[in-house]
Amino acid sequence: MTILLFGVTKDIVGSSTLSVPTASATGRKIPKTVKELKEFLGETYPELNKLSSLAVAVNNSYAQDDESIDAYDEIALIPPVSGG
Amino acid sequence: MDFRYDRQTRLKGFGSEGQAKLVAGKVLVVGLGGLGLPVVQYLNAMGVGTLGLVDQDIVELHNLQRQVLYSEKDLGKSKLEVVHEKLGAQNASTHFNLYDTFLTKENAMDILQGYDVVVDATDNFPTRYLINDACIILGIPFVYGALHGFEGHVSVFNHQEGPTYRCLYPNMPSSEEVPDCNDNGVLGVIPGIIGTLQALETVKVLTGIGEVLSGKLMVYDGLSQNATKISFTPYPANLKIKRLQDSYESLDCELVLEINVESFQAIRDSATQLTLIDVRTPEEFEQNHLSEARNLQLNQLGEVKPDAVFPQEVYVICQSGKRSAQAVKQLQKLYPNSQFYSILGGMNKMMAISPNL
Repeated sequence: MTILLFGVTKDIVGSSTLSVPTASATGRKIPKTVKELKEFLGETYPELNKLSSLAVAVNNSYAQDDESIDAYDEIALIPPVSGG
Repeated sequence: MDFRYDRQTRLKGFGSEGQAKLVAGKVLVVGLGGLGLPVVQYLNAMGVGTLGLVDQDIVELHNLQRQVLYSEKDLGKSKLEVVHEKLGAQNASTHFNLYDTFLTKENAMDILQGYDVVVDATDNFPTRYLINDACIILGIPFVYGALHGFEGHVSVFNHQEGPTYRCLYPNMPSSEEVPDCNDNGVLGVIPGIIGTLQALETVKVLTGIGEVLSGKLMVYDGLSQNATKISFTPYPANLKIKRLQDSYESLDCELVLEINVESFQAIRDSATQLTLIDVRTPEEFEQNHLSEARNLQLNQLGEVKPDAVFPQEVYVICQSGKRSAQAVKQLQKLYPNSQFYSILGGMNKMMAISPNL
């Protein structure tokens, strides 16, 4: 599962994309929903947990936390940006 | 129609009808920085009849790499004056309304009132949320643009019942969690691109041509030249904002409004109707409670329907005042349009002043 990163999430992760395993070799729970994905990423990148609003797009649509995701979905993290 | 606009009036699908709508159009641009300048330059060149300009900054040296209307001889001058002078020379028929101020919750409604479109070209979250809320109350669409490094956002909010900024980002981030251009930097040309896209969306809203970027967030990445469009839908409660928040300052300093039992008792005695939430356990509630109270436990507060309607003032009570303060924090975030008061000292103090409860 590949995740596109924008704004400050790109800065936090240090890359514009991130790969999340879809089969567990390490015993870690594989995220099946948007909420689980946020939690999964938050474990590795705790700075992400501090964002009070973080839009997640699944296949170019804004997704709620309970939306399910799978390996074929195109996912993007789009935090708010403030510059002008 | 004026030969001046010949190259756009001859466009099929725009024509003299489109031009007439621009001439009749009133657009307010908040912020005369990297985003605002391309917006006002193009709208002014294209013949938008009335332009409102809001800014109180002066031109500084570090502005010049992206705010390309300003020159070295403008350093230290007011942005508003420089823009007014240059735009007046660019198009003498435009009517300008100048607001030598920053947008605040005190002046926002007066300034925005009467415009057809508001362009958010600001550089901070509090003003963006303020513009969002004021536009919803006044029923004005607003064209949003924002930057981060090599990226930019564009969308049109509150357009024909379309979604709002809060539908994308319900909670205002603190300045610490998302840095601005001053801290993070921005490549000079990026605001030029995003601001120009905002000018285009403004023209589309005014004239009705094309497909307005409503319900879609465009995320532009200058490094890859990729533009991603994310669709999103309105969250009904966000369209029903009726008044501005009391504060648009950073929500970090969570202020809990409190009321002492004497003042609360006075309100009980005088008010015909009163909304009081008792956040103790049902067991505690059963033992004793005030007659107006409705029991809603602290851990259930998050499950209250987000579109539940509360009156303007809501009082929250518990046994000692601790849980009610916590509840007020939660409720205030969920329902920014109501004012929640925690009753100091809770039931303990209430019983002390009226022992026969």
